[in-house]
Amino acid sequence: MILHPAIIALLVSSCMMSCLTLYADYYGILIIRRWDIGSGSGNQLELERRTYLISTILAYVFGFQLFSLFLFVYTADSLCPLFTGAMCAVGTLQVNSYGFPVLLLKLANFILAGFWLIINYADNRGYDYPLIRIKYAYLAFLTPLIIAEAVLQTLYFLGLHPDIITSCCGSLFSDSGSGITSSLSSFPPSLMKIILFVAMATALGASVLFYRTGKGAYFHGFVSAVLLPVALVSVISFIGPYIYELPMHHCPFCVLRKEYGYIGYPLYLTLLSGAVSGMGVGILTPFKKRASLVDVIPVLQKKLAFFSFVCYALFALIVLYRILTSNLVL
Amino acid sequence: MMMLELKNIRKVFNQGKSYELVAVDEVTVSLEAKKITVLKGPSGSGKTTLLSLAGCMARPTSGRIFLGDRELSSLPERFLTEIRRTHFGFIFQQFNLVKGISTLENVMLPAYPLGGPHSALKKHAHELLELFGIGGRASSKAEWLSGGEAQRTATARALINDPPVIIADEPTAHLDTKLSREFMDIVGRLKEQQKTVIIASHDPLVYEAAVIDRVITMRDGKIEGLDV
Amino acid sequence: MHSWIEKQRNIIDFTLSSLSRRKGKNIALLLVYTLLVFLLASVMFFTHALKREAALTLRDAPEIVVQRISEGRYEPIPRKYIAVLNKIKGVTSVRGRLWGYYYDSVVGANYTIMVPENFPYKSGDITIGSGVSRVRLAVKDDMIPLRAYDGISIIFHVRDVFSSESELVASDLLLVSEPDYRRLFGTSKDLFTDITLKVRNAKEIPTIAEKIVLLLPDARPITKREILRTYESIFDWRSGIIVAILTGAVLAFIIVSWDKASGLSADEKKEIGILKAVGWETSDILLMKFWEGAVISLSSFLAGVLLAYVHVFFTSAILFEPVLKGWSVLYPEFRLVPFIDPYQVSTLFFLTVVPYTVATIIPSWHAATIDPDSVMRS
Repeated sequence: MILHPAIIALLVSSCMMSCLTLYADYYGILIIRRWDIGSGSGNQLELERRTYLISTILAYVFGFQLFSLFLFVYTADSLCPLFTGAMCAVGTLQVNSYGFPVLLLKLANFILAGFWLIINYADNRGYDYPLIRIKYAYLAFLTPLIIAEAVLQTLYFLGLHPDIITSCCGSLFSDSGSGITSSLSSFPPSLMKIILFVAMATALGASVLFYRTGKGAYFHGFVSAVLLPVALVSVISFIGPYIYELPMHHCPFCVLRKEYGYIGYPLYLTLLSGAVSGMGVGILTPFKKRASLVDVIPVLQKKLAFFSFVCYALFALIVLYRILTSNLVL
Repeated sequence: MMMLELKNIRKVFNQGKSYELVAVDEVTVSLEAKKITVLKGPSGSGKTTLLSLAGCMARPTSGRIFLGDRELSSLPERFLTEIRRTHFGFIFQQFNLVKGISTLENVMLPAYPLGGPHSALKKHAHELLELFGIGGRASSKAEWLSGGEAQRTATARALINDPPVIIADEPTAHLDTKLSREFMDIVGRLKEQQKTVIIASHDPLVYEAAVIDRVITMRDGKIEGLDV
Repeated sequence: MHSWIEKQRNIIDFTLSSLSRRKGKNIALLLVYTLLVFLLASVMFFTHALKREAALTLRDAPEIVVQRISEGRYEPIPRKYIAVLNKIKGVTSVRGRLWGYYYDSVVGANYTIMVPENFPYKSGDITIGSGVSRVRLAVKDDMIPLRAYDGISIIFHVRDVFSSESELVASDLLLVSEPDYRRLFGTSKDLFTDITLKVRNAKEIPTIAEKIVLLLPDARPITKREILRTYESIFDWRSGIIVAILTGAVLAFIIVSWDKASGLSADEKKEIGILKAVGWETSDILLMKFWEGAVISLSSFLAGVLLAYVHVFFTSAILFEPVLKGWSVLYPEFRLVPFIDPYQVSTLFFLTVVPYTVATIIPSWHAATIDPDSVMRS
């Protein structure tokens, strides 16, 4: 294994986060079994105190997931000189079969943890903790995923040997060649632009609609869920090339590099924030009818819809700006 | 104005252990609004516990508490605190001012989590200190206040969020006769402002004062008598 | 939104006053925290700056260096190979290089003697690096003797001393003319130490390397990329080892942080009890604890990083000197080019702030769930 400081940092902190999540989950399960809001007994009060700890832990896990997602990509990018054939993060991630799964898991866990926090926030605003069992059952589902991510990440780093020959983003994201990434890269850009435009307009419209009338929460969630993969594919298909000013450069990771002004960060941050909050609107809808949440959820959903709108709008603006100022014409 | 009702309240500490203590035992009582009620009884009678239950500081082991028609006993801490912040002001036996910060800051503390504009809060705190005649001590550190000044600071703190109910636990325990009478004057002023006051005390100066509307006697966690 | 900001402001206010009231306890923690950040940051800045210097130096290096291997060992390479290599398509210039190590028994130091591409002086002249100059007490226009392979001393006239900017790479370097080199080491006219190739198109390097091996079976081509890679992994490995060793320090730090956070004095417990009694929720106390941690982390992190920056870039890592100096007599006096990037800072963050935060989550929660009731009955 490569003894790089960033790798040590990622492994150690992932391990810590997994332990914390497991710890939180243990109490979560305890709560599912013994929770009784009506009782004023010492045990119940203790359980209520524990909920604060679990919420705090999960909030930190969420923040950590986001940071570690970017640090992971950055590390992969900076390690690429060590592998023959690797020119950027893509090469490093392809050295063994764990690379991309780890990345996808990190992304998924970030989004899922975000959902948990949204549900948790709603639950805390209801005077009888209406969603307590649901939320901790969800945590029990999320915990193995977080642990799996730490395990896979370890296996990935253990399997990084500098003399392995790998390929660069040029071959993975090339127009020719087989495989899903190639098909994504070779998708006609003009068509992709239209798809993105439609999806973005729909998402922004859904936010406005929901904000003003309170209708279409499920639709809002659905559209946000669709916009995320569409936007990611768009980055590969045409946004990347515009930023690199090279029609053949389809890599989604090189946008994070210094030479492109680190534009990848605001791009992905706005996209992810918009996605989590947008989907959050939909997730909360089934609980709208609960007595203690009748007033709480609509207000929360509106805030989320607003936030999602702002994030997606920023994303659109950044993309538009780069396309308009780019020297490339596709 | 809302009435505070306690029905079959029981508070047990260290339940299930050998040193289990029943502090309040099946108490049912209604506390009227805009009146001054005194809980009288020796130490260990449960009056402090009853005060903390009435003031949403603790949850009963069993039984129900109603503020108007809103049930408080099964509320999670977050909501209990919310209600406590807006409806109740506490004056503790030991005053319990935070050492190391100024009198003014002590008075402003309960309002910090509310996030209102800072300057308005400061002004309000100053006004309260002036009201109790200790405006000049605003920037002194809390530990340098005399007994009477600390008492009045604690009272001002209890009023910062303008609550309708004031709860005081043995307010005259550390005061001499003169200051005790002054405190009862303050209580009278609070009554004029239409506030509800609940006091726990075994000091005759308190429970025999003219402003008192009702005295509830307690012993061993139970109510012994209700006098008007 | 506005009230949220006001609330944070109020709580930060109180947190700062609370921290300043407990200076003693917090100063100890701050010092330890800062020290940890300082150590880790110094290591990382140092190795990263060295890596960068190496990469910059290699930028102008030839794309391919061809060495001859005989009996598994390196051997001087025949002059006639140059003609063979010139014929390969894509190769723009082929040049034989002469360089070797010279052990100076007078001072017990190792020098590198080399014939540069253009030696501006004549036979009998020499230019030396500042390290050599210091050790042999020789400046411009001095004469220094060097012992040739056959024991005979040859006197050289020092024409120039390299500037201090190149200390890191040229401190122990001596440049001579080709005839002088061959006289000094006894290298025959039809041999070179190795041969360097410049290639027109970088993409063709692997192909050309393959061809070289086919044409000259006893030759080993070394590409610039391989050298860079080796440097990278050595530096990464070295800094990684040190960081791994320092993990012990991180662990100790976690324990200290946990301890400090859990060890609430009676005073502190009372204070939190009072806050809760007057209307602060558990989540408000947790917020206060969060800001406490944030203030401590931020100050320590900034202080540690700043100190490390000064240490590495202004004092040239003076604390590491004893460890590194042991390797050679000619320790270069160098000034590293200041270089810091967000990546290093993030890694540092993960290695220090994250463990601290994790260590203090549970103690903070314990503090925040103090029963306000207890204040009533005290």
